[in-house]
Amino acid sequence: MADLRIDFAGIKSPNPFWLASAPPANTGAQIHKAFEAGWGGAVWKTIGAPVLNVSNRYGAWHYGRQRMLAINNVELISDRPIEVNLREIAEVKRAWPDRAVIVSAMVEAQPKAWREIVERIEDTGADGIELNYGCPHGMSERGMGSAIGQVPEYCEQITRWVMEAATIPVIMKLTPNITNIVLPARAGVAAGANALSLINTINSIVGVDLDTLELTPSIGGKGGHGGYAGPAVKPIALNMLAALGTDEVVAKSGIPISGMGGIANWQDAAQFLLLGASSLQVCTAVMHYGFRIIEDLCDGLSNWMDEKGFKTIAEVSGHSLHRVSDFKNLDLSFRAVARIDAAKCIQCNLCYVACNDTAHQCIDLVSQEGRVVAPLAYDVRSNGKHEAIETRPQPRVREEDCVGCRLCYNVCPVDDCIAMVEVAPEGDSVTWKELSEQQTGVTEDWETMKAYRERQGIRIH
Amino acid sequence: MVAGDVNNPLAEQLPPLTAHAAAVEADRCLYCFDAPCTHACPTHIDIPRFIKKIASENLRGSAQTIFASNLLGATCARVCPVQELCEGACVLGSDHKPIAIGRLQRFAMDCARDRNIRPKATATPTGKSIAVVGSGPAGLSCAGELARLGHAVTLFEKRDMPGGLSTYGIIGLREPAEVALEEAQMIESLGVTITTGIEFGKDIALHDVQRDFDATVLSVGLGRTPELGIAGEEAIVDGLNFIEASKAKTTRPEVGRNVLVIGAGNTAIDCATIARRLGAERVTIVYRRTDREMSCYAHEYDFARKEGIEFRFLTQPARVIVKAEGPIGLECLRVDLGARDASGRPAPIPVAGSEFLLPCDQIVKAVGQVKPELAKVLALETRNGFIAVDENFQTGIAGLYAIGDCIRAAGAASTVMAVEDGKLAAKAIDRQFTRSAALAEVG
Repeated sequence: MADLRIDFAGIKSPNPFWLASAPPANTGAQIHKAFEAGWGGAVWKTIGAPVLNVSNRYGAWHYGRQRMLAINNVELISDRPIEVNLREIAEVKRAWPDRAVIVSAMVEAQPKAWREIVERIEDTGADGIELNYGCPHGMSERGMGSAIGQVPEYCEQITRWVMEAATIPVIMKLTPNITNIVLPARAGVAAGANALSLINTINSIVGVDLDTLELTPSIGGKGGHGGYAGPAVKPIALNMLAALGTDEVVAKSGIPISGMGGIANWQDAAQFLLLGASSLQVCTAVMHYGFRIIEDLCDGLSNWMDEKGFKTIAEVSGHSLHRVSDFKNLDLSFRAVARIDAAKCIQCNLCYVACNDTAHQCIDLVSQEGRVVAPLAYDVRSNGKHEAIETRPQPRVREEDCVGCRLCYNVCPVDDCIAMVEVAPEGDSVTWKELSEQQTGVTEDWETMKAYRERQGIRIH
Repeated sequence: MVAGDVNNPLAEQLPPLTAHAAAVEADRCLYCFDAPCTHACPTHIDIPRFIKKIASENLRGSAQTIFASNLLGATCARVCPVQELCEGACVLGSDHKPIAIGRLQRFAMDCARDRNIRPKATATPTGKSIAVVGSGPAGLSCAGELARLGHAVTLFEKRDMPGGLSTYGIIGLREPAEVALEEAQMIESLGVTITTGIEFGKDIALHDVQRDFDATVLSVGLGRTPELGIAGEEAIVDGLNFIEASKAKTTRPEVGRNVLVIGAGNTAIDCATIARRLGAERVTIVYRRTDREMSCYAHEYDFARKEGIEFRFLTQPARVIVKAEGPIGLECLRVDLGARDASGRPAPIPVAGSEFLLPCDQIVKAVGQVKPELAKVLALETRNGFIAVDENFQTGIAGLYAIGDCIRAAGAASTVMAVEDGKLAAKAIDRQFTRSAALAEVG
């Protein structure tokens, strides 16, 4: 059975799953309960500057009948007295010596304030400190949170102050509300942070109420941008995680990364690990379903690791990073075409309409007699299930015209019905980088490009 | 009769979907392109479109999408054999549960009723007037569609209430009379004048309507239940009357303790269900062929068996044994099946000397309806006894059209087919007017 234990920058936990610094990790009672359920660690909800909160602080993005595809919040850092938080942190750590207890902190950008909070956290016996440079709402208006995270120089400066004071591991948490995630990460490396974590929440407005015409949620008639999190942000988080894992400076430093952003099940977790995370943080899924989800997170991950032959989390971590590539290094000659399995096809024609309206017009409807037919061609007096089913045409890909865009594959509601089948390459194997270096004309001039295509037998469909 | 009325055993069987249940079901719809459900629907309602409008909470738009193809969406949502039509063709049917299209349509139509959403009718008056005879689904549909096209329509109905079989002949379990009557009111609101208590051929004659209207549409349905031609037949209850009595507001039909229902079509199932639900201890359907040949839908057969209705197949009624208090038994003959007859089914051949008695205290017959008698009265050309029409629904007499069950020489008669007839005939009549106008201009 796979070993799920981790040692993350010196912070040990029995599994890689930590509650992220957020409402689920607001109190000692909650974290006791989470640890009883099996969570490996928790990052205490950010403590620091005094705040007051508002009501209607969580919005949500539902899609279809799926609730909370994402959550949006304007809750600030902990509004509980700091002494209470510190006391409970100490109690939790004493009660759970094998679990990771990390404390998220955010204070004003003063060396003294940071030194003080670091010392007070260390006094609790906590295993580590996470620097909250991420909250995009409220705190940022006061020069904290993402106001720091968006300026690499500030990140570096404050982290230096912290590193001077800290004797326990320090994790610098990044905001995704930035053009290039690599820059603050490099600042963290330069300042000597022990680890990085990402992503914090994304700036967002969740919606407008179509009855009241107020923002959703409405806080006394007004609303504003809040932090966006949950399953919908996972692809954004994965991209930022991979960007760090493939950055020369960050990767070379060997700094470990705690990954988060939409992890809802063990499959998400495995993907974060494969792209370089070595600890994982979860919030929205817990806010949706409670602490009990930890059981399948561990069980599913462990079973998958066993099936794949991974023995430790460290073996999984970063395993797929070498698959991450810039476009310029992709093989331009790689060709795949869509193929529809007629035996599985239920003839919903979603592939047909997607391809013909919005992609590359290479799916035909073929009648049972093998003729290409137009949609909606049946006689108005034809009806009944037998006529509808027995005369229904079958969508078929004209493979010679298929560019392999994969839209049909994505819209098909039937598992394994449409396959992207690799076919013989058109022309020689070459990347854009090689082309632009070796045959400059091709990448700069349409006429030269045309000649190149003709030489290589590349057809634009 | 209100759905879910526990005191009424014949109240509408299925409760309306809640808004949440409707939204969940609507979201399950894949939104097929050129969807097979739409093809399978005789009126070709754009089903994925109306369903997605339920999902997006555009209920007004959803109702209008249905009305655009079918003015009697509320009736069809209840009485359509969806298993044979839209739902039977749903692409999710093979691996999953098909979308509950009928119930979603009912949800949209209930909403239209509750919010008084009427079908769109924007045409300017044409000055043409049309008489429609018979206010069953075909007549209502045709009248409503003609009104939407700007024509002045008068609908003549011989009964006291409009709606035809929807009002009188469909078991309340599936469609309460109120639904049909509300639908007729909605058609009136499109500008149709409904005149009840007027019988064509008795109170008004063909030459009257020919004189007063630019066109006439016969939507007269079929006749009474045919004679079995057996002794004691006068003691048998007519199935259509039996259903009609069961739909009355304040009274209920008399029901025996041991009831035989002769026939195995959908009407026979309805009669047997009524008898069972109104207290009969034993209800037996008597049919001369087998379950393979009977004309009721498979889902109706399943339903009947779950109701506890029994079946006697290969049994031919020969004589009713009548005493002073009424029938006490039905003498029957056993039947062998022979070569296929004109109906395409094996011919039932009664076995001589095989008489046996089925004891009973009530017999109901539901063995179809006689062909339209009006065809003979007007000397109209017929096909298998049904009124013959051309591709524009015109009879041999110019300007006289016929639609619905009275022309259904081939295929199963159904409400939704009648609605489609009404729609297509309205378009054909409208085209005819336009063509005559164009010719007049040229002339």
